[in-house]
Amino acid sequence: MCLGIPGQIIEITDEARKLAMVDVSGVHREINMACVVNDDHRLNDCIGDWVLVHVGFAMSRINEEEAALTLKVLEELGEAQEEIAAMRASGQM
Amino acid sequence: MKYVDEFRDPEKARTLLKEINELVEKIDICKKRPLAIMEVCGGHTHSIFRYGIEGMLPKEIELVHGPGCPVCVLPMGRVDDCVALAEQPNMIFTTFGDAMRVPGSKKSLLQAKADGADVRMVYSPLDALDLARDNRDKEVVFFGLGFETTMPSTALTVLRAQADGIKNFSLFCNHITIIPTVKAILDSPDMKIDGFLGPGHVSMVIGTKPYEFIANHYKRPLVVAGFEPLDVLHSVWMVLKQIDEGRSEIENQYVRIVPDEGNDEALNAVSKVFELREFFEWRGLGSIDHSGVRMREEYADFDAERKFSVPNIKIADPKSCQCGEVLKGVIKPFECKVFGKACTPEMPLGALMVSSEGACAAYYQFGDPDRLRELEEV
Amino acid sequence: MNKHSNITNNQSPRPRGKIRVDKVNLAHGGGGKAMRDLIDDVFVSEFDNALLASLEDQARFKMKDLAIHGDQLALTTDSYVVDPLFFPGGNIGKLAVCGTVNDLAVGGANPLYLTCSMIIEEGVEIDLLRSIARSMALEAETAGVQIVTGDTKVVNKGCCDKLFINTAGVGVIRTGLNLSASSAEPGDVVIVNGLLGDHGATILAARDDMALSTVIESDCASLNGLIGGVLDNCETIKFIRDATRGGIASVLNEIAEASGVSIEIEEEKTPIRSDVKGFCEILGLDPLYLANEGKVVIVVPQEDASKVISTLQSNPLGKSAAIIGTVGDWDKGRVTMKTKFGGRRIVDMLVGEQLPRIC
Repeated sequence: MCLGIPGQIIEITDEARKLAMVDVSGVHREINMACVVNDDHRLNDCIGDWVLVHVGFAMSRINEEEAALTLKVLEELGEAQEEIAAMRASGQM
Repeated sequence: MKYVDEFRDPEKARTLLKEINELVEKIDICKKRPLAIMEVCGGHTHSIFRYGIEGMLPKEIELVHGPGCPVCVLPMGRVDDCVALAEQPNMIFTTFGDAMRVPGSKKSLLQAKADGADVRMVYSPLDALDLARDNRDKEVVFFGLGFETTMPSTALTVLRAQADGIKNFSLFCNHITIIPTVKAILDSPDMKIDGFLGPGHVSMVIGTKPYEFIANHYKRPLVVAGFEPLDVLHSVWMVLKQIDEGRSEIENQYVRIVPDEGNDEALNAVSKVFELREFFEWRGLGSIDHSGVRMREEYADFDAERKFSVPNIKIADPKSCQCGEVLKGVIKPFECKVFGKACTPEMPLGALMVSSEGACAAYYQFGDPDRLRELEEV
Repeated sequence: MNKHSNITNNQSPRPRGKIRVDKVNLAHGGGGKAMRDLIDDVFVSEFDNALLASLEDQARFKMKDLAIHGDQLALTTDSYVVDPLFFPGGNIGKLAVCGTVNDLAVGGANPLYLTCSMIIEEGVEIDLLRSIARSMALEAETAGVQIVTGDTKVVNKGCCDKLFINTAGVGVIRTGLNLSASSAEPGDVVIVNGLLGDHGATILAARDDMALSTVIESDCASLNGLIGGVLDNCETIKFIRDATRGGIASVLNEIAEASGVSIEIEEEKTPIRSDVKGFCEILGLDPLYLANEGKVVIVVPQEDASKVISTLQSNPLGKSAAIIGTVGDWDKGRVTMKTKFGGRRIVDMLVGEQLPRIC
């Protein structure tokens, strides 16, 4: 259900209709931005934004910090495992 | 691809699998029976099979592939309605590609096209509106289906049609809502789900609050999950952690996309155009109260159901089909009597064999994970 | 209806007809002067070879001229109905030559002669036909084959979609060679000559139904030179097949089934360009099922794999060649993929047409 894919906004194509061009790995498509713009974040602020694209609409602005945080949690989990393994190996556990 | 490749990292997958295996050892239930975790959304089912995730998980975890594939749960009668609309004179009937092959009682849209109906696949409802703009002498109907993720796009398309005065465009609304369906599954007497992976893209629209009753009333953990394979493993781990610690909470793994409060702009468009139906019929699950939406009276001119005569005849699911039990996790796809025999992806009998997101089609095409797991161990 | 073909090379040239209208009409398929003018002015002048110019009802070859190439004749036919007629990287004409040349070459044949049958919808512009014929001529020259006989039919508006082309091809298989889908054995490896899915993605994008713009171009190319080089350098090649409709997945399934073996490919090693990946992500398609028109699957024993790879990579049409998988015997008839993520899944035959998965 609900196929969505991250893409980057490269150009505003129609201000009145809130349309913009998105780039997904070199593939371009005009999409509707109505769901990701508001008074705090206007259409013209969207160039360079990463959004989640679903059926020709940007449905969410991707939160870069949160993405990094999710990866960091997993990174640290891995490091912790390594430490435990090292401790076991050296007979400390 | 940014935000995609990082979440397909095999190194981090190994870390998570190690954690998952350790948790499984600790959880008591796992000693008696497999832990049943339902991924509500078909997108997850697809990821799970595409990346071979089920085969990577320990045997003690059983993934139950839920009802979140709008193509799969579309009742036959509704497909018949689509065909009837498509076969009206002077009609261009537009649809997402997925829906083309869903069998009706007599034919699918693909067969209707072969018989001469003008059925076209589009990527976006906006493309259907453009077709209407370019073909003013024809009627253009868009087959709107999908959950809350897709509703804003069709709602905004209808609003755009109204603003631009495009009178030859209408929507055949078959949107469904996920919450009542999850509730129906939780209320079913043969239910045996220990935790849920919540639908990530539905949640970016509705937020995480609507799931709270699952944690509070039914005491089941739910983790809103992303669709990359690492997201899925991460979310499984988060569900296990809750079970291990005796918690049942609504957690959000997909924070980069899903704000807890949802998307106001999208929800406003939806509530402007749509209202809840009393009930809606699901393939395999029967009628569920308030599980679908229809267009409000104000948009009658853009409502294909009001504009054209739609037969709206209810067709019972085939008797031999056990989709309902598979959906609820009571049986596995290959335990169904007709799986791979009377029911195959070429000639699907039941809903779950229709789309590659359906559990049965996924098992049929991508294989039995137990078998693959055994091979992995060799 | 009249055919145009060759007899011998030493006849004096006859005066060629000239076409004086912009569009094809039913008279151009009527067997009279209009048809002769179309054939002369478009096909004979573009394909330009003495074998064709005399317009007999059949092409004639000397047995001894064929026998110098080998001891088995190969004959193939294919129809081309691609929509749109022109697409980035090629057109229906180029495709009609490459496709048939490749169907001969993958059997180890040296492609020599092609036929060209056109079914044209009335109203098609002569210039369009001419430019397609020109592409065919150019591609035939590249591939080193001659278009030696053909046929032209014109049908009523709506009875075909602008233009359909059928080409048949004759080639000769080198002596002693017997490539077969049933000869793969455990221990063999599976090689492809480059990036997969370009043609399929190009055609889907060019149809414009999805309003996606890409820089992807069709990989459509004649591979007889590339394949000939590989066969020259490696005598242990078991099987070669072009991965056209149904993509690489379909070819692998055919091999696994015919040889009673299992095949496992590795996602990590399967070459697919990022644009094609992006295109597939947007539409929910699987690149393993996308058509190719310049890609072959080669099965060869493991010990000769590096020789094949280096031969392929020395040709521009094989510069991204890679070993993508191995033949085994754990589950006969099955194709699996080890995912980049570390999992494993079955790669089945395509059921029906691959439809975009959106909701």
